[in-house]
Amino acid sequence: MNASLHSSDAIVIGGGVVGGAIAYGLAKRGLSVTLLDEGDVAFRAARANFGLVWVHSKGPGFPAYQEWSQRSADLWGDFAAELTADSGVSPHHERRGGFHFTLGDEEFEARAQLLRRMHNQQPPGRYAARMVERSELERMLPNIRFGPRVSGASFSESDGQASPLHLLHGLMGACQARGVRLYGEHRASAITREPGGAFIVTAGPRRFAAPKLVLAAGNGNPPLAKMVGLEAPVRPQRGQVAVTERTERFFHHTGSGVRQLPEGTVILGSSEEEAGFDTSARSDVVGQIVHRNIQVMPDLARLRLVRFWAGLRVMTPDSFPVYNQSETHPGAFIATCHSGVTLAAAHANALAPQIIAGALSPEMAPFTARRFHVSKAA
Amino acid sequence: MFRRLPDAAAGPLVPVTIDGQGVMVPEGESAAAAALAAGMVPTRTTPVSGAPRAPWCMMGVCFECLMEIDGEPNMQGCMVPVRAGMVIRRQEGARRLPAMPGTSHEAAGASLGAASGAPAAAPANPQG
Repeated sequence: MNASLHSSDAIVIGGGVVGGAIAYGLAKRGLSVTLLDEGDVAFRAARANFGLVWVHSKGPGFPAYQEWSQRSADLWGDFAAELTADSGVSPHHERRGGFHFTLGDEEFEARAQLLRRMHNQQPPGRYAARMVERSELERMLPNIRFGPRVSGASFSESDGQASPLHLLHGLMGACQARGVRLYGEHRASAITREPGGAFIVTAGPRRFAAPKLVLAAGNGNPPLAKMVGLEAPVRPQRGQVAVTERTERFFHHTGSGVRQLPEGTVILGSSEEEAGFDTSARSDVVGQIVHRNIQVMPDLARLRLVRFWAGLRVMTPDSFPVYNQSETHPGAFIATCHSGVTLAAAHANALAPQIIAGALSPEMAPFTARRFHVSKAA
Repeated sequence: MFRRLPDAAAGPLVPVTIDGQGVMVPEGESAAAAALAAGMVPTRTTPVSGAPRAPWCMMGVCFECLMEIDGEPNMQGCMVPVRAGMVIRRQEGARRLPAMPGTSHEAAGASLGAASGAPAAAPANPQG
């Protein structure tokens, strides 16, 4: 019976940017890794990821996430270089700073309050974002004509961008270059554990065995988590993005709702809808996205919209990631978040070593799914 | 390279400017067909690699025939009927966004003029 088992050091379930980054991080540190992917029927969050490597508004009320995002953004440059070297595919990473544009005085003041809060929850000197008045904004971005309602922006030099699709492509190539065995069309359906031994994962027509198991299946995690004593409190949250025709580069920084790719297209976002597992795009929502961005940069109205589409975020109740090792099934880990691009570098080069070590580091403790349990303590 | 087939339904000849040359073409013919007949090949270069391109599907699908028509960049030449006085130019690489100073492109005069009025509030023109 065991003859039909495909054995390795670790099994990662989920071949998206989260699972791909973790599998890559494990494999380049010497583990033999099996990466199981559901295939193209998966609700691949990367499809509609906006492609930010974004720090400056991440983690209000949750300093550990703020720090984790900052750490990943700091790791991204080296990560992009090694990914390109291993796969031959550049993830088009750029780090030139990011803006969140505000319309009117109320938005500006609300944003300034958010930044003060973010600043106060970090050690002195660590938080880099600041508010930029309109006059300074115009000096910083002389190529752009802003709409009359633009009051300013928040800005951080920590922020950057990457291409979600090139990242996913590069991760799959880099994984295979590092010996990861990638099984597409292999949806994991059952997980058991040999007494005191390896996890046995049934996926498609095959069975796989490994002493370490990582659940990175996004919105597919909940049923898998139950099988190994973990929790995956996630739901799909629909987001839509739109892309324009290519135009000469005018925006070299990045923005929370508008960014321009190095090859010229402009990506517009973003939206949040509770629509279950429905990925249909809605023109009224895209209309709001476009209208907002045209208020920021009126000249965008001259560009043709080439395509718009929707994808599903992997959303927890408080929106922050979950990282846990199972208490009942040690060796089984879960990693789930909605910012798989921002966190890809941390997943490959900060989380993977912890999984190899067999224990999450103390700074990861705030990410436990236990935080969603109603507190019974006084 | 290309020649017109006899077409009993062809419109009267009208003057247009293709790649800087004045030519007479049947009214209502597509701008892409007129450009091919006038020998304007390539009709564009791609934004990313600068590779030369020319009209291919001639039915609005492939987007290879993008050209500048009457100052408007990235028009699908195969979907635009020729009118008297039309000015058709090669689309060189990426268009530029009008009214955005500081980028390097010399041929944006017409677009800049068109954009100097009130900014449009309507969403961009869906395409494809």
